[in-house]
Amino acid sequence: MANYSTNEFKSGLKVMLDNEPCSIVENEYVKPGKGQAFNRVKLRNLRNGRVLEKTFKSGDSLEGADVMEVDMEYLYTDGEFWHFMATDGSFEQHGASQEAVGDTVKWLKEQDVYTVILFNGAVLTVAPPNFVELEVVETDPGVKGDTANGGSKPATLSTGAVVKVPLFINIGEVLKIDTRSGEYVGRA
Amino acid sequence: MPDTRWQPSCDRAALAARSAFYRTIREFFYARDVLEVDTPLLGNAPVSDPNIEPMQTREGRWLHTSPEYAMKRLLCAGSGDIWQLCKVFRAGEAGRRHNPEFSMLEWYRVSWSLDRLMDEVRDLVRALFQTRWAELPEVRMSYASALKQFAGIDVHKASDDDIAAVGISAAGQDLQLGRDGWLDIIMSHRVEPALSEETLVFIYDFPASQAALAKVSCDADGNPVAERFELFFNGTELANGYHELTDAEEQRRRFEKEADGRPLDEQLLSAIEQGLPECSGVAMGVDRLLMHLLQAEHISDVLSFDWPRA
Repeated sequence: MANYSTNEFKSGLKVMLDNEPCSIVENEYVKPGKGQAFNRVKLRNLRNGRVLEKTFKSGDSLEGADVMEVDMEYLYTDGEFWHFMATDGSFEQHGASQEAVGDTVKWLKEQDVYTVILFNGAVLTVAPPNFVELEVVETDPGVKGDTANGGSKPATLSTGAVVKVPLFINIGEVLKIDTRSGEYVGRA
Repeated sequence: MPDTRWQPSCDRAALAARSAFYRTIREFFYARDVLEVDTPLLGNAPVSDPNIEPMQTREGRWLHTSPEYAMKRLLCAGSGDIWQLCKVFRAGEAGRRHNPEFSMLEWYRVSWSLDRLMDEVRDLVRALFQTRWAELPEVRMSYASALKQFAGIDVHKASDDDIAAVGISAAGQDLQLGRDGWLDIIMSHRVEPALSEETLVFIYDFPASQAALAKVSCDADGNPVAERFELFFNGTELANGYHELTDAEEQRRRFEKEADGRPLDEQLLSAIEQGLPECSGVAMGVDRLLMHLLQAEHISDVLSFDWPRA
């Protein structure tokens, strides 16, 4: 991969830092009137999502990271890997480890499309769309008439995820869930 | 899509604010009987500061990075108090608060102390900021007390390793810097963000190793310090002032030490040998001042045409 100098740093650039693939979030050039120039850089570790701040001497460089973001459809799991297929017509398939799938596992539904980050050709992370639609497989019976305020109950979805839903929801209903907060949005 | 790159980078309100600024500056100095001067942008010798990268023309001339050297030659020639508002050029300095071509206000006061010059800087900045801040409070603290208070360092006693340790923790990694490099990191990462907001903060008595072209003397505790100040406002550095070094031999030693292969400005050195009057001088970044007044996020918001559009 190419090396990138601090003056090429910009938000979204993928670089290697301490052997970890990172995405640059922010880059600020700092130069005292008398004194050396620096770049204060915020980077997101693409493996664990943590944001870190590092300062570099202006002119220093970092190696680019071989990172690609690909839209992929979830196919199935064999228990060890979760398999995805590219939606660009290439039919390229990749298996994601449990670590790579992480919390997204509770939002995985066959044929839905996920954002897969490939690092050196292997799956690094899998991100769900902001909203998914999943069926309720288990919950207490619905309470008629209670449609507005008051009360919620847990419901287990087809993926195993448990979300809080209003009391009137019944087994078999398909719900729209916000994956960022894990909250019920409405009936699909 | 029509090509829109011909358009200015700032709006008309910013053009008007700049114009009002220039008027205030001119009136300020006319009222105080300071002579406005105009020195060449293209000189025979470059700046000596190794941290500033000058631009050079095909003819081998150097675009000035501040009007300091030429203005000092005027002072040596007996000009008396002088001021100048001009464009200066520094290669590679581009960012949210930097444009490689920018506007600098620089002035010199013969026989003035640094304290008196700080008063005048304060008065001018208050006049420029009048429309947003009616009366800005002012704080003055020594470099040593700022580092003590905001970074827990006794700058006159701390070892290089102590300073490096604080610097590494601020930078998030070891940048292999010298003592002054780490001090710059600590200033920008720990001190500047901690300074009072909406307050003109003057930091004075810099470490002697950061004297540049300022006199070195001893502070009240007998520590050698550079007679230099910087003005900070809401996290940015706005001005840098010196009680000017007048010793020609010391000047040549400092130039030779830092020149790193760049030619020395022999004309300046000859002038100082003739005699630079005791004086204090200050340089101020006009675009930064405007950014504060207009609460601009990016320097391009106050420039008619920023670097990419110029």
